[in-house]
Amino acid sequence: MKALAARRHDRRAPALLLLLALLLVGAVYAVLAPSSAQAAAETATAEDIAAGEKLFQANCSTCHGPSAAGTESGPSLIGVGAAAVDFQVGTGRMPMQMQGPQAQAKPVQFDEEQISQLAAFVASLGAGPSIPTAEMVDPALGDVASGMALFRTNCAMCHNAIGAGGALSQGKFAPNLWDTTPTHLYEAMLTGPQSMPVFNEANLTPEEKRDIIAFIDEQGNGSPGGLDLGSLGPVGEGLWAWVAGLGLLLGLSVWIGAKSS
Amino acid sequence: MSTPHDSQELSVTGDGTPPARFENPGLHEHKPRQADVDPRVAKRVERQVLTLLTLSILGTVAVVWAYFALPPGETVGSMRLSNLVLGLGLAVCLLGIGIGGNYYIKLLMSNREYVEERHPTASSDETREIAVQMLKDGAEDSGLTRRGAIIGAGVTALALFPLSILVPLIGNVGEDWNVRKFKHTMWKKGTRLATDPTGRPIKASDVTIGDVWHVIPEGLNDLHEGKLDEKAKAVVLLVRLDPRDLKSDQSPEGETWSHDGIVAYSKICTHVGCPVALYEQQTHHLLCPCHQSTFDVADSCKVVFGPAKRPLPQLPITVDDEGYLVAQGDFAEPIGPSFWERATK
Repeated sequence: MKALAARRHDRRAPALLLLLALLLVGAVYAVLAPSSAQAAAETATAEDIAAGEKLFQANCSTCHGPSAAGTESGPSLIGVGAAAVDFQVGTGRMPMQMQGPQAQAKPVQFDEEQISQLAAFVASLGAGPSIPTAEMVDPALGDVASGMALFRTNCAMCHNAIGAGGALSQGKFAPNLWDTTPTHLYEAMLTGPQSMPVFNEANLTPEEKRDIIAFIDEQGNGSPGGLDLGSLGPVGEGLWAWVAGLGLLLGLSVWIGAKSS
Repeated sequence: MSTPHDSQELSVTGDGTPPARFENPGLHEHKPRQADVDPRVAKRVERQVLTLLTLSILGTVAVVWAYFALPPGETVGSMRLSNLVLGLGLAVCLLGIGIGGNYYIKLLMSNREYVEERHPTASSDETREIAVQMLKDGAEDSGLTRRGAIIGAGVTALALFPLSILVPLIGNVGEDWNVRKFKHTMWKKGTRLATDPTGRPIKASDVTIGDVWHVIPEGLNDLHEGKLDEKAKAVVLLVRLDPRDLKSDQSPEGETWSHDGIVAYSKICTHVGCPVALYEQQTHHLLCPCHQSTFDVADSCKVVFGPAKRPLPQLPITVDDEGYLVAQGDFAEPIGPSFWERATK
């Protein structure tokens, strides 16, 4: 203590004190400020985060950088939250097979435990949206009619009126939504993966998101009118009408007009 | 069409001179079909036709049965089953009759050719003269040839009569011709921006970077009359960009039309008026689903691709005392596609 007291007039003392004060404020804020990252970190143990960091270093750091701050080939992951990781890794989009117009869904590369470890690690880097609970995404609790109205306004222009998917520009596309799990649907709306915009909880409330999930769930049950021909609208249906329908009529006309032997 | 060269070749006889008269080649030689000569084939075809017609009868029975026994019900599965059985039954019923009938006509019914000579269509000269004379006598008898004014008035009356149908019909197209309606929308100074379709007012602090909000003017849902007309003009897309990404917006010198990276643009395409709403978050491009016109939201919504010629008009926005986003006023120019009376810039 004597040594410290003796140096209290040192030129560097104010700077050191300021640094200590900043650290203290930061620590108090981190303890007191409620954040979803903290909520996610609470359920994740320190071992999970450590295991997630190892997985991250081995599988993700080439593109996202060793500290997840991003490189030229991949964006920063600080603040994207557990929801983004659970969506991107849980649908197989990450790790990406190769650079391209957009990351495509493919067989999932990690098991559930590893995904939750990765999510815990990324969530520990900065506050971000957390993974929704099972109740938040239960299609049975949603209102299909309200979901349809919301889907038409917010989603149908890219994902097609019943969620069959559609094309965007330069090789990008909005995928079909029928086989996406309710949790991944919720996470996609919340985090806006790739070209998709974000629909935060004020834009579409959690109940509205659940309504949309209920509507999509209803569409995946098959078409009430027999063959749906891909549900891609006039282009797909027109192709069938012109090739299969007119082809059949032409064939029958030729058969009726031909001389029999 | 045959060329003169071809026709000469065809009409030249052995010694080089055209024949005086072409011979009628007549009918093809009649070839008996298999079913005509072999009674076993005839019997088989008969059975096939009978089978097809029986299938048709069963198809009709199936349709009537399915109509009562398989109602569409409440679930997608039951609707699908009902529609499927009705459709397949109808197809079998009609195709059975069609194919069975054609099969019978082609393979079993007598196919011997018969020739009927056509009689001349024109009447004799004498009959034609009498007819012309009768028309002339009739015209003379009516007295109209001497009263030109009546003919003139009659023709005018007939020519004008269609106006009595056309004028109201065309006048009713679109119901009114008030072109000013195209130039103004519901947006006024201080109108709050609200979510489409729920109508919740939007707080600026709730809009995060990368968000896209589909916006209607607050109060639109309270309209009883003309709600859809007003909505069709007033819909807006709200996006928040990182202020560093926002290259420019349409605000003139000395004014700010955006708020902290939040910009709002009309959703009505300047090409033919489709709702432009495919927003790519990373490129900041806004695509029109109809003809792929692409607008750059980060750069005044300028057209970067496609048939549209003008940028989407920007809605000037700001925040009110409570932090809600409000319009500074109506769009500065008419929204949507060009029309004759639109002042061009």
